[in-house]
Amino acid sequence: MTTPSAIDARGLCRRYGRRWALVDVTFRLAPGTSAMLAGRNGSGKSTLLRILATAIRPDRGSASVLGHDLVAERAEVRRSIALLSHASYLHEALTAMENLRIAARFLERETHRDALLPLLAEVELDGRADDAVATFSAGMRKRLALARTLLQKGGVVLLDEPYGELDPPGFRLVDRLFGRFKAAGATVLMATHLLDRGAALCDEGLVLEGGRLRWHGSARDLPERGGLDPATLPEDAR
Amino acid sequence: MRQLGAALYKEWLLQSRALAQLLAVLVFGATALLLFSFAVGPNYELLRAVAPGFLWLALLLSSTLTLAESFQAEMEHRALEGQLLLPASPWALYYAKALANWLQLTLLGVALVPLMVALYDARLSRPLALLGVIALGSAGLSAPGTLYAVMTHQARSRQTLLPLLLFPLVVPVLIAAVKATSLLMLGDPMEQIGSWALLLATFDAIHWSLCGLLFGRVVEE
Repeated sequence: MTTPSAIDARGLCRRYGRRWALVDVTFRLAPGTSAMLAGRNGSGKSTLLRILATAIRPDRGSASVLGHDLVAERAEVRRSIALLSHASYLHEALTAMENLRIAARFLERETHRDALLPLLAEVELDGRADDAVATFSAGMRKRLALARTLLQKGGVVLLDEPYGELDPPGFRLVDRLFGRFKAAGATVLMATHLLDRGAALCDEGLVLEGGRLRWHGSARDLPERGGLDPATLPEDAR
Repeated sequence: MRQLGAALYKEWLLQSRALAQLLAVLVFGATALLLFSFAVGPNYELLRAVAPGFLWLALLLSSTLTLAESFQAEMEHRALEGQLLLPASPWALYYAKALANWLQLTLLGVALVPLMVALYDARLSRPLALLGVIALGSAGLSAPGTLYAVMTHQARSRQTLLPLLLFPLVVPVLIAAVKATSLLMLGDPMEQIGSWALLLATFDAIHWSLCGLLFGRVVEE
């Protein structure tokens, strides 16, 4: 019996109104693989991650996550994934601790302060545990969203531009957490514009362009051979 | 049941941070009652006769404010989507939100009663039965109101769209609630209150079960 792919996407298509955001995207990732997803703004990276997380449905094609079909076995897929989205998924009026506690209750995990404080310490927010999210900077919200992702313990982790809004220590925090996900045996798919950083962390690379998968290969080759001309990228993305 | 417990915990936290909004809705309802009494004028007999209808109109108008805002915190940073992806049960999310809205509307209705007594010279002979009618009527507003609130929240003109969709649907609830309240205040020689309360309870049962089933389809793409 063969082991199912961690992610198996077959001809995924998605459109918003009359514009196709994703066209015939097919790829596979083996369990335990880490992959970076690159592409310019509007190339379909977030749409692909949102489809794989079951936040939106594909208009055509199919996919499975750890052997579970995205449409037919939505609940099983959701139990298998952890998504760090562009949106923080946080409640502004509530504190960092309360936001984590709500997620922990839904996940039926330990909700005691002592169990959740280490997660906040991991993202260096333990000193602000009882402050409302409304008082947080964008970077702090991202850190709290990362703590929420850690709580999910997904077999497949989907990270949508995890470095966005973070300061340099935050970059190192993401690198560290990425290592933790890999060490735990999770499959990680990370959308990022930081090609060299992503290439250093990931095994494989995928490049989307205009909603189509243009390149899939070794992450180390992506910055040079992935079709993203470094000369046209922003300084911090080279 | 654990999912429902988690959703109720979240609602309790959110509501405890929204007391100012509850107060604003109460002031709105009280203002509506006051303005309606001005429209009728100083005719105490007429005021007493129209008091139950105006109480429910004030509650209905206030409910659109409560309901329209009830998903604000959930949509701000796509928190509702985040909960669904955990995965939280849509069933639990709906019933917790509908219960929170029901409690708010019931408290609002109870708070408006003393004002109605003062402004409309209404008689309050059976306060506990009136509380029951307010609770049943509020349940009939909050169940479909919660469903429509999430449906219309993404719309630019949700404050207009919500009452347009909700009001026609809750007409039977409104009629039954006004009639039951009238019987409690103006006298019930034919013992009709039980029938109207049963009618209200039937509408509530239909709305609460149907809307609970539909919520998952509405929030999931």
